Amino acid sequence: MAKTLISIKNLKASIEGKKILKGINLEIKEGEVHAIMGPNGSGKSTLASVLAGREIYEVTNGSVTFQGKDMLSMSPEERSREGMFLAFQYPVEIPGVSITNFMKAAVEQHREHKGLEQLTPSEFLKMMQEKKDLVEIEAKLANRAVNTGFSGGEKKKNEVFQMAMLEPKFAVLDETDSGLDIDALRIVANGVNKLKNKENAFLVITHYQRLLDYIVPDVVHVLYNGKIVKTGGKELALELEEKGYDWIKKEND
Amino acid sequence: MSETSDDRIINELSNKEYEAGFVTDIETDVFEIGLNEDIIRRISEKKNEPEFMLEFRLKAFEKWKTMTEPNWANLKYEKPDFQSISYYAAPKNAAKYNSLDEVDPDLIKTFEKLGIPLEEQKILSGVAVDVVMDSVSVHTTFKKTLEEKGIIFCSISEAIQKHSDLVQKYMASVVPVGDNFYAALNSAVFTDGSFAYIPKGVRCPVELSTYFRINQANTGQFERTLIIADEGSYVSYLEGCTAPSRDENQLHAAVVEIITLKDAEVKYSTVQNWYPGDKNGKGGVYNFVTKRGICKGDNSKISWTQVETGSAVTWKYPSTILKGDNSVGEFYSVAVTNNYQQADTGTKMIHLGRNTRSTIISKGISLGHSNNSYRGLVKIAPKANNARNYSQCDSLLMGDKCGAHTFPYIESENATAIVEHEATTSKVSEDQIFYCNQRGLSTEDAVSLIVNGFAKEVLNKLPMEFAMEAQKLLSLTLENSVG
Ligand SMILES: Nc1ncnc2c1ncn2[C@@H]1O[C@H](COP(=O)(O)OP(=O)(O)OP(=O)(O)O)[C@@H](O)[C@H]1O
Ligand SMILES: [Mg+2]
Repeated sequence: MAKTLISIKNLKASIEGKKILKGINLEIKEGEVHAIMGPNGSGKSTLASVLAGREIYEVTNGSVTFQGKDMLSMSPEERSREGMFLAFQYPVEIPGVSITNFMKAAVEQHREHKGLEQLTPSEFLKMMQEKKDLVEIEAKLANRAVNTGFSGGEKKKNEVFQMAMLEPKFAVLDETDSGLDIDALRIVANGVNKLKNKENAFLVITHYQRLLDYIVPDVVHVLYNGKIVKTGGKELALELEEKGYDWIKKEND
Repeated sequence: MSETSDDRIINELSNKEYEAGFVTDIETDVFEIGLNEDIIRRISEKKNEPEFMLEFRLKAFEKWKTMTEPNWANLKYEKPDFQSISYYAAPKNAAKYNSLDEVDPDLIKTFEKLGIPLEEQKILSGVAVDVVMDSVSVHTTFKKTLEEKGIIFCSISEAIQKHSDLVQKYMASVVPVGDNFYAALNSAVFTDGSFAYIPKGVRCPVELSTYFRINQANTGQFERTLIIADEGSYVSYLEGCTAPSRDENQLHAAVVEIITLKDAEVKYSTVQNWYPGDKNGKGGVYNFVTKRGICKGDNSKISWTQVETGSAVTWKYPSTILKGDNSVGEFYSVAVTNNYQQADTGTKMIHLGRNTRSTIISKGISLGHSNNSYRGLVKIAPKANNARNYSQCDSLLMGDKCGAHTFPYIESENATAIVEHEATTSKVSEDQIFYCNQRGLSTEDAVSLIVNGFAKEVLNKLPMEFAMEAQKLLSLTLENSVG
């Protein structure tokens, strides 16, 4: 039996007094891929942000246990170093900071946390090259400032590249497929599949069943109005694609 | 309401302590506080100065008495009481040092704490260092190598005695005694500083470097630096400064003059880290400095690079007079203000000669409750045909309690001149910090990275030895980001 990697229990969160997450229960085991679908504004990105430790959201109830540790008491950077990765729905531009420098700083933190020796510059650059090849991003992109002036698709690919660099145990991909052309979608999905192994897990937030053709989920959840209202196999994604969300909304309003 | 991340970030940063804020317990020779003609005569006497210097000082003092403190800068501070400052403080027996062994061990420890490269290994790495503690220059390394090339690098006091012809010819030739209130005061009471002369056609093989430190309480530091680059010569000069943490404000009013003759080049870099005061705005150094260079000869060049992180109040405009045809002036500046620090800094580029070119890159970073102003003047004289200037002033803000201001003045009296000015203002956003946090960087490291990215263009201009230190100072801790 695979071990539980992350366990979310009755998680409630609000922003400026407005309740967004209203009791999320979710358990993900090592080696699994879960998908979350759901209408706009249902709380998918909020869940991702709360898991990553964004402070503007106030957690009012519940617990999150990650590899046996209380994740809610960790700072965002500790969560990252412990192996939690978020591919942002809207990656942020950091002018003047090259991806190479950015990743070097991040990798150093992760290695220090794990008690590993730091890489030499040439080892680091070799690693960069391997991961660039893995996610098929253009070499010159890495010399540019983080996300600055990137196209929508380039930003998403850059997220997957960073994920490859940090080799997380648990990665949340928030609509990483949106804005990608067909080729890019395949590349990104392949990247994820190559990173997938028996010890890590992915939570893939998407609006399109198309992505799930490439990244085949073990479980599909529907998030509506701050709650997981339906859970099924990958066929649930097909059903949603066909019927839309009206029937889900009717069942739950 | 919960603390916003912005507040948290600002708190974390402002709680960082000033690392150079220790006091060294050394026996010193200090004048009583106050300023009058007698004090000036005594300074001159202590320093064994020739008559011309005393006259120079007394004339400056007369001039100063007729002047008033400038008010035009975008700064608010309590005006210093010039009668409550001591104008001379020297580590006892300072002048006698011939080798490092003779120097007071406590003093050496101070310099070690500051990371000043006095030790042999650093000397081997090629930095000649002059150290000015309070008012007196205590040590100049690397003298022999320099002497062989005919380069003079010594304290200004020594230069006044041994190279009085050069001093007499050039001192106050760029910054006249009555140029401004603080320049006049400095001219009257300056106690030490550095002097460099690079002879014709000589490329100075090492970086010349001076460290200034205020140690004694209630003393002002008034140093005077004079750099002369003779025809076809080149020198890179570094200046660093620190002071202990004290509750009362300390005054630092320096004058730096640079002269480049035909085909000569001077690169002047400063990392200024005077004590900025505590996080409530108490104490800190008033840094009122006049720095000016003249490209006297054709095809000569002066390049100023400064990283300003310290001082409670900074008032500083390193400027260049482009007199020689085809001469070039550059100004690269990073100024960081935090807590209640205030900086009003910038440059003047005065184009007198034909085909003169100047570049201004200013990066202002404001945090906490601080205020950061860029003030610049680009002046094109009627005869400066085909003069060119490019100015870029970028401001980065963090939080919503700080301010950034840009005051660019352009006066062009020649129709063939081209003057370009660009300015941007941006904010370090919570989104950026969170994005970095999510990748495993602490908030402090995230800010360092963002600030360094913002200031990269200027930091790249610093000599290697300084770049590291500047980065460290910039966001206080950069050990974990990329060198
Ligand atoms: N910072 C915020 N301030 C105010 N409301 C917010 C904030 N962040 C999220 N919300 C609200 O919370 C709700 C959930 O938003 P969230 O971004 O989690 O939705 P989502 O499921 O990711 O939607 P989408 O599919 O459009 O990406 C929305 O009603 C949104 O307006
Ligand atoms: Mg979303």
